[in-house]
Amino acid sequence: MAADPNSFAASSAVPPKKPPLWNDPAWRALFFQVVVVALVILLGVFLVRNTLANLERQGIASGFGFLGSTAGFSIGESLIEYHEENTYGRTFLVGLLNTIWISFWGILFATILGFIIGIARLSSNWLISKLAMVYIEVLRNVPLLLQIFFWYFAVLRPLPGPRQSLSLGDGFFLNNRGMYFPDPVPEQGFHVVVIAFLVGIAAFQAVRRWAHVRQDRTGEQLPIFWIGLGLVAGVPVLAFFAAGSPLHFDYPALKGFNFKGGAVMSPEFFALLVALSTYTASFIGEIVRAGIMAVSHGQTEAAYAVGLTRSQTLRMVIIPQALRVIIPPLTSQYLNLTKNSSLAAAIAYPDLVLVFAGTTLMQTGQAVEIIAMTMAVYLCLSLFISMIMNWYNRKIALVER
Amino acid sequence: MNLVKGIAVAAVLSATLAGAAQATTLSDVRDKGFIQCGVSQGVPGFSNPDQAGNWTGIDVDVCRAAAAAVFGDADKVKYTPLSAKERFTALQSGEIDILSRNTTWTLVRDTALGLNFAGVNYYDGQGFMVRKDLGVKSARELAGAAVCVNIGTTTELNMADFFRANNMDYKPVVFEKADEVVAAYDSGRCDVYTTDRSALAAQRLKLKNADAHMVLPETISKEPLGPVVRHGDDQWLDIVKWSLYMMVEAEENGVTQANVDKLKASTKDPIQRRILGLEGDLGKNLGVANDWGYQIIKQVGNYGDVYEKHVGPNTPVGLPRGVNALWKDGGLQYAMPVR
Ligand SMILES: N[C@@H](CCC(=O)N[C@@H](CS)C(=O)NCC(=O)O)C(=O)O
Repeated sequence: MAADPNSFAASSAVPPKKPPLWNDPAWRALFFQVVVVALVILLGVFLVRNTLANLERQGIASGFGFLGSTAGFSIGESLIEYHEENTYGRTFLVGLLNTIWISFWGILFATILGFIIGIARLSSNWLISKLAMVYIEVLRNVPLLLQIFFWYFAVLRPLPGPRQSLSLGDGFFLNNRGMYFPDPVPEQGFHVVVIAFLVGIAAFQAVRRWAHVRQDRTGEQLPIFWIGLGLVAGVPVLAFFAAGSPLHFDYPALKGFNFKGGAVMSPEFFALLVALSTYTASFIGEIVRAGIMAVSHGQTEAAYAVGLTRSQTLRMVIIPQALRVIIPPLTSQYLNLTKNSSLAAAIAYPDLVLVFAGTTLMQTGQAVEIIAMTMAVYLCLSLFISMIMNWYNRKIALVER
Repeated sequence: MNLVKGIAVAAVLSATLAGAAQATTLSDVRDKGFIQCGVSQGVPGFSNPDQAGNWTGIDVDVCRAAAAAVFGDADKVKYTPLSAKERFTALQSGEIDILSRNTTWTLVRDTALGLNFAGVNYYDGQGFMVRKDLGVKSARELAGAAVCVNIGTTTELNMADFFRANNMDYKPVVFEKADEVVAAYDSGRCDVYTTDRSALAAQRLKLKNADAHMVLPETISKEPLGPVVRHGDDQWLDIVKWSLYMMVEAEENGVTQANVDKLKASTKDPIQRRILGLEGDLGKNLGVANDWGYQIIKQVGNYGDVYEKHVGPNTPVGLPRGVNALWKDGGLQYAMPVR
């Protein structure tokens, strides 16, 4: 750090009276930053060493070896194959996937609902706009944990036991163990459908690009929505029948106390999903409203003046501009939802916190390692979501011509 | 700003971590003037607040006995209610001095968790509770059942072992708080509620209609429940261990809360005299006052007194003495010689 100020001045020839190094704000800032970073690193090293020494002295196990030993407990729902004979490492994976699963659906539904609420809030219809306002004020001001309990017991209480299940048509059953429905099982040859789907998407992209060029040249528009639907949905459907319908359904049936077979949505998942998405939607609603209001009314008038229709104005003028205001705060709602999903533990949905930072932690006692891994997961998930949203934000950013 | 705060918190944390182990628990406890005792969040008969908000139960009385030994005053205890999941961290981090909360003595807890068990104040085993109208008579008929259970318990593992060994599938529904387990079971989310049999008897009192439920005959595990202390402080371990033995020894030798004052004035029996601190210097060896035995029995009672008062057949919990009878009566309660 203690470089000779003269040599610096000499190399940057121009100004005759360069302030001394310690008075140069740029250098000073750099110096303090380096000092702070060094201190933080030192502190980190100190903390890690101190913790290890303390663990050792208290006779508490440490290290990551436990990830390879047999877990011995079972988990209520899992997206991957899991048995008691599997390792603690696999319980991590099971919990992680369940966390991602609930976050994904939560973000999807919160976004859809949030946009509807936000637009309803701006509606010129008095009733709709007030209803949206009441929704927002109620949902965002009641603690989320209470809402989760509310939905959980609101779902559980009125539903009958498995033997008195409500039958909702062919293979659909509803009871206080969950909603059961037929599980589609792909047979041999199903990959043809998947390939057809991918081909459909690629073809759609090509057509869209061509349509753009054509419009620039001739001014004529293609019914791109219908073409897209045909390619992305129609092609796989044709392929499906051409391949001889390679799919059958596994139907749930009552056996003993509970239903066997089929797929099930547990009350825990359902309650958590409803609570997370309705709660987050109330915030997203406000964000959407703010975003739309940020686009000046002159834009709408100008769009009408050049002859765009109402829906074209909304689609091509208002929303693209509003999105630029909406995306950054929307990202932080997505992060909140993901982190809030850890409240799952309160109602027995086996997410990462319940399974890994819960049962696995208790059975191994390795709190430091497990909590560190769990925190790292939430950090990575958050960074990942931010990354995607930033990428999208850049993509839709104002391009000046 | 945040960074500064973070550093401050971290520094305090590591400083306390480093400090906690230097002083012994006994001198710590003497300095602050009370024992911090980790209990459950409410299991009637074991550790449960009464109407006036005072903690009572046989687990609570273990802490009270230790306080009687250390301070000559069984009331010098403060309580920290802990879920099964929180309990060991609270002990390891020094937040509590004794964990006395229906906790099963196992090898992993004794070793990898850096803890020591000071004895067994209740020999228990795991059972299953079901609704009577389910029509089940044995745990072997539970294939396919949904089972409500507390997280971080031996219960969770025993249940997995049991269903696995009997080749039955099942669906665990795992909650952190005991009250949530009970509420979920009560609202029909599960076919079965499983935990220690003693806790089943106690938690059953919280169900909407206790008579509609029954406990199945099978006991699927051994659950020796007892007080726990941190590993590495032998003196504190000794105090808790011998406070517990003292209660059993007193029962074995006919010293009860009712007759303790009379015996103190008149007994010629050498064992009773040692228990009451009239002879020998057992208290000195332990590092507490010599009348520690007298204080425990006078203020808390002997093991039998405590059992009958909190969980015995005449209480709402209503557990017969069973394997928790004295060894002389064919049970398992046996004190090492207090001499
Ligand atoms: N003895 C078992 C289970 C102990 C346990 O925590 N049982 C639950 C189920 S009744 C309980 O007592 N909970 C009370 C609470 O969380 O306050 C163990 O040590 O793991």
